Amino acid sequence: MAPHDMNTDDAPKVVGDPFKMPKIECGASMDTNTYKAAPEHNEPLGFPGELLDNWQEVAIAKIGELAEKNRAFQVYLDTCVKCGACTDKCHYFLGTGDPKNMPVARQDLLRSVYRRYYTFAGKYFPWLVGARDLTKEVLDEWYTYYHQCSQCRRCSVACPYGIDTAEISMAAREILDSVGVGQKYCNEIIAKLKKTGNNLGLNPKALRATLEDLEEDLEDETGVAVKLPLDVQGADILLITPSADFFAEPHIDGLLGYAKVFHAAGVSWTISSYASEAANFGMFIGSYENMREVSWRIRQAAKDLGVKRIIFGECGHAWRVGYSFLNTLAGPFDFLDQNYPIPQHIMEFTSDAIDDGMLKIDKSKNDEFVMTYHDSCNVARGSSMGRQVGGQFDLPRKVMKAVCNHFHDMERDTIRENTFCCGGGGGLLTDDLMDLRIKGAKPRMTALQQVTADHGVTHMAAICAICKTQFSKVMPKYGYEMDNIMSVHQLVANAVILDGQEED
Amino acid sequence: MLSTLYAVLFYVATILLVVGTAMKVAKYARTPAPLKIPVHPAPRTKKGVVLRMGREVLFFESLFKSNRWIWVFGFLFHWGMLLVLLRHLRYFTQPVWWWVELIQPFGVYAGFAMVAGLLGLLARRIVVERIRYISSPSDYLMLLLIIGIGVTGLGMKFVLPVDIIAVKAFFLGLMRFQILDLPTDAAVLIHLGLVAILMIIFPISKLIHAPGLFFAPSRTQVDNAREFRHLSAWASQLPPLPEGIPTKEEGK
Ligand code: HEM
Ligand code: SF4
Ligand code: SF4
Ligand code: SF4
Repeated sequence: MAPHDMNTDDAPKVVGDPFKMPKIECGASMDTNTYKAAPEHNEPLGFPGELLDNWQEVAIAKIGELAEKNRAFQVYLDTCVKCGACTDKCHYFLGTGDPKNMPVARQDLLRSVYRRYYTFAGKYFPWLVGARDLTKEVLDEWYTYYHQCSQCRRCSVACPYGIDTAEISMAAREILDSVGVGQKYCNEIIAKLKKTGNNLGLNPKALRATLEDLEEDLEDETGVAVKLPLDVQGADILLITPSADFFAEPHIDGLLGYAKVFHAAGVSWTISSYASEAANFGMFIGSYENMREVSWRIRQAAKDLGVKRIIFGECGHAWRVGYSFLNTLAGPFDFLDQNYPIPQHIMEFTSDAIDDGMLKIDKSKNDEFVMTYHDSCNVARGSSMGRQVGGQFDLPRKVMKAVCNHFHDMERDTIRENTFCCGGGGGLLTDDLMDLRIKGAKPRMTALQQVTADHGVTHMAAICAICKTQFSKVMPKYGYEMDNIMSVHQLVANAVILDGQEED
Repeated sequence: MLSTLYAVLFYVATILLVVGTAMKVAKYARTPAPLKIPVHPAPRTKKGVVLRMGREVLFFESLFKSNRWIWVFGFLFHWGMLLVLLRHLRYFTQPVWWWVELIQPFGVYAGFAMVAGLLGLLARRIVVERIRYISSPSDYLMLLLIIGIGVTGLGMKFVLPVDIIAVKAFFLGLMRFQILDLPTDAAVLIHLGLVAILMIIFPISKLIHAPGLFFAPSRTQVDNAREFRHLSAWASQLPPLPEGIPTKEEGK
């Protein structure tokens, strides 16, 4: 359905400017705070349950430790020249107008303390270089503003030195965790995953029942017995997909898309109940150890099931961890088939299947949709796909164009490596941050409204579970319906015609 | 007396600059980058990274795309400064190298470009609210310092000429550990004093961005994490995790 208020008359459409500079307002989002974790969320992750008595000492020592263990942290803290090129690049700044949401200002919250304790100028001339003592107010400020960063790295693309505020945010969250100030949303989820294998706390029985229901739906729809196998020993492919794919909309439709593609390609595949989660919130909290532990489950499952390949479903930060970190964290994967990239993205698989003529496609099945594509930031700036640089931009578009007749890109500076985050990434997809999420989505939504006005775009597709959930919540605030956000493999599912499928 | 003071100042400044910068660079080189975090789209080969960094260093490619005004001023300033610095080699070489002779005329214009660029950057810092917000006193002072160097330099060239032969003799002397007489014109003393300050603060301020840039993982890493593991020394010491699924029932 067409979004209301938008395509109704022929008068020139006045839509906003995604880059519109907000009025700077100090403290505008100071009171937007996410719930803190309870001891039972922190402790399973190896963090103190509550704020330590000697938190100041511990936090300062942690800064020093991170500077020694992580070159990015050290170099980024030292080299920023305050040129200001990043100041207008963050969707949270554009959405809230709070100057502490400007990337360099966000870094400075920590840099000021680093300078005070670890640099000559900060030790002896703090006023000169804006250095300050670590007080409780500073700690609170860290908690607030490092949880208003989705770690999307748009600022890093803009910076002449590639200074990546996401790295600083992750480090800050790790420092906060190390003194006992965790975020409930992330830490609770990681604790749950360590217990059940997925972020939802879904047990294998429930998962099996869900998959069986979906198999029935698929058979009703197509008349073909398309399987969603669970824990199948000796399958060729292990699918690692975000658990949202098992229950949320439009995520499920994406899962059905993978199943149809695998079916059509005639490969054997399985989901694992032990590693039933692609998401890895260890990254959001900057904890190498937790990220490694979560990743390790994938290795264990792959070995245990004796698969030959690992394929990731549609999940943004999971693909960053998969593509950029998995081999380092949980490798070497010498027990898998070396003829395929390890791991592979479902988009790479589908793209190859299309090239090899394995999919019978009826594009007209998607004719009711005029599509655009949202580059999820972790896919766009934290990973790649395929054999060419930039495959993470080109493959999803290629697949979409292969299954839809109507596709229009949004403005160039809001897509590909310059894509705006959905506003809900980086561990911020929690109801207590809804106000921030709505504001942070504004640049993306404004760019979408532009293509709606110019080309009649009705729907947007994405390949990130967080993006999909976020958009289904915030799109109604911007004049769209919640189902105007789609999975890319949902479009694939619509258009693929299986052998033996009853056509109407 | 003044000559001795300036001689000592320049010896100290040189040592601090060289040793300080070398220590910082050694620290950056020593610090492990535990994960592959290139900002994409990133090159998949070393050669690609060299080209990417070349474009960043020579043309400020990212800045060009992200903020045209800062780029214009920054480009004028840095390229101007580079030419000016190269032109200054004639005060340290005898006979003067042929290519240093060649760039002399450009070096003079470059001085103006440099100061113009710096004034532009300063203006932005004051006028643009966002940049004013992120600026500390040191950010203004740094610009004023280099503007001061540029203006006194141009002043000696065009307004109040000084005995440049004697200045050159002074520096050639320093290079042979002899202290000769330095002209005592105010412009010379201010110009050289500011330069010494710049040399001293270089390794302990944001000026370290010049070598730091070559150690930023987001730009210097090759995008090949799927092909090669990137295990840091400390990460390889973490306690091993179990192979296979230990207690199969646990999750069920
Ligand atoms: C490898 C060599 C260098 C590169 C690639 C480089 C690059 C940059 C870039 C991209 C900026 C930001 C844009 C701007 O404000 O101009 C910058 C700022 C700056 N650079 Fe450099 N730089 C280099 C060497 C130096 C050196 C040797 C100095 C001084 C001795 C210097 C002094 C400055 C200053 C003071 C700023 C801040 C300007 C401001 O306050 O806005 N740079 N540099
Ligand atoms: S990483 Fe993204 S959310 Fe964080 S400061 Fe940069 S632009 Fe903003
Ligand atoms: S663009 Fe980079 S150097 Fe410039 S202010 Fe931002 S973080 Fe600092
Ligand atoms: S949720 Fe999607 S767009 Fe937002 S931070 Fe993640 S990958 Fe980026």
